[in-house]
Amino acid sequence: MAELVQQLINGVSVGAMYALIAIGYTLVYGVLRFINFAHSDVFMAGAYAGLHVGQRMGGGSWAGGLVAMLAAMAACAGLGIVIERLAYKPLRERSKLTVLITAIGVSMLLQNLGQLVFGATPVAFPETLPATTFTAGGVVVSSKDMVVVGFTVALLGALEFVVLRTKVGTAMRAVAHNHQAAALMGIPTNRIISVTFGLGSALAAAAGFLWAYKFPRVDPYLGVMPGLTAFVAAVLGGIGNITGAALGGLLLGVIETLVKGSRWSTWTEAVTFVLLILVLLFRPAGLLGRAQAEKV
Amino acid sequence: MLEVVQLTAGYGGIEALHGISFDVRPGEIVTLIGANGAGKSTTLRAISGLIRARSGEIRFKGRSIANLPPHEIVGLGLAHVPEGRMVFSNLTVMENLRMGAYLQRDKAAIASTLGQVFDIFPRLRERERQSAGTLSGGEQQMLAIGRALMGRPRFLMLDEPSLGIAPLLVKSIFEQIVRINRDQGLAILLVEQNANLALRVSQRGHVLETGRITLSAPAGSLLADPAVRKAYLGGH
Repeated sequence: MAELVQQLINGVSVGAMYALIAIGYTLVYGVLRFINFAHSDVFMAGAYAGLHVGQRMGGGSWAGGLVAMLAAMAACAGLGIVIERLAYKPLRERSKLTVLITAIGVSMLLQNLGQLVFGATPVAFPETLPATTFTAGGVVVSSKDMVVVGFTVALLGALEFVVLRTKVGTAMRAVAHNHQAAALMGIPTNRIISVTFGLGSALAAAAGFLWAYKFPRVDPYLGVMPGLTAFVAAVLGGIGNITGAALGGLLLGVIETLVKGSRWSTWTEAVTFVLLILVLLFRPAGLLGRAQAEKV
Repeated sequence: MLEVVQLTAGYGGIEALHGISFDVRPGEIVTLIGANGAGKSTTLRAISGLIRARSGEIRFKGRSIANLPPHEIVGLGLAHVPEGRMVFSNLTVMENLRMGAYLQRDKAAIASTLGQVFDIFPRLRERERQSAGTLSGGEQQMLAIGRALMGRPRFLMLDEPSLGIAPLLVKSIFEQIVRINRDQGLAILLVEQNANLALRVSQRGHVLETGRITLSAPAGSLLADPAVRKAYLGGH
């Protein structure tokens, strides 16, 4: 029993980070109707940014860790906006397949740039935030998991406020619904798309920072598996649906951790992708998505 | 107010407008009539910047607006209510209206415009918290017009405002269109399949045939013209 609780805590913590990444996929899909496969490498860049700022902050303090995370988020928001402007915006009128393949190209570019800039060897992530463990009823709880979940909840709350309560968030939803109608309202759609990339990338950077804080080892391919898993999470929850992405992330984190803790642990990734196949077969709109014909 | 000179536009390899010229004067209601595929919607889309003008000139209040981005054209006071209404069905009625005022900075002015819109379409006030997707076709048309008015335009283009709407509501919507024109002095360019109804509220009309303007005349003489009656008004 204690072990199950232990695994669940672990799963929720990993799932929270998947949720943060998955929201970036879903936000971008919402406004541009394509999967930004470079998103997972923005996550990686976020981890490195957190690492470099974290090292300078001395580490181990709340203020220092928070600054490192916010710096990573700001840097990656910029990176996401630049990627969109340079790689995707020129392809706005092209087919979605062209953009999708470009996204895979950008992903490879970022991974190789990561090797060039940060080196190919994995590096240890510093203790950017204070960390302790405590035991309750045979369950060992790491303060890291609580930090991960706490930060995630705060970030999701902030995102919900932006998307539902602010003018720019309402404009994001308007653009997601219909670019032309949004433009006819005077909404500068390109600027709103930039904001969307910035927001999604900042969340990916936060996830990258938290990921490296929980699993303190960083390399240029860090984003590949969490990115793919979060993509599955976004589809599982219903692509384009923010709540769905968060739910999908959480679910996948828990499922994955439970499988990992069982004797079928070598099948963890297979389970994730079998889940993707099952969703696509039986509920292609995802758990919270509504089935609707794609507008042309 | 609006001058279109030798405008050509189209989609992909197809040219839909072959150099059309017409104008709309301040305070006027003008109707574009023509068969399906004649280029009426294309004309509006080129004016509001949704598609490129390939050649020719579009002037609004004396200023060239051809190929400006749509959000800048809106900012100059030219609003376009597109065919099919295109309300944001995932947003509430109020959020739709607020998006219409996206470029407006003056909070007090926004509130007073909102009051005017609710005054014109009281139904929208009743439904302000409802998701726009749950509105009837007629209510969505009211919302689409109300949303355009929130930008305080000087010139309004309406594409098929009666399409798919119950006849009783069509009458009421047209009454409100006339009222907006009369009370606010708003110039209106109307594209309408119900040409009879549209010409009755218009001062002038332009007949569009396969991408060319073939006739421009006062609405009254178009209504009386035997050829126009036969082709567009279902008469003899």
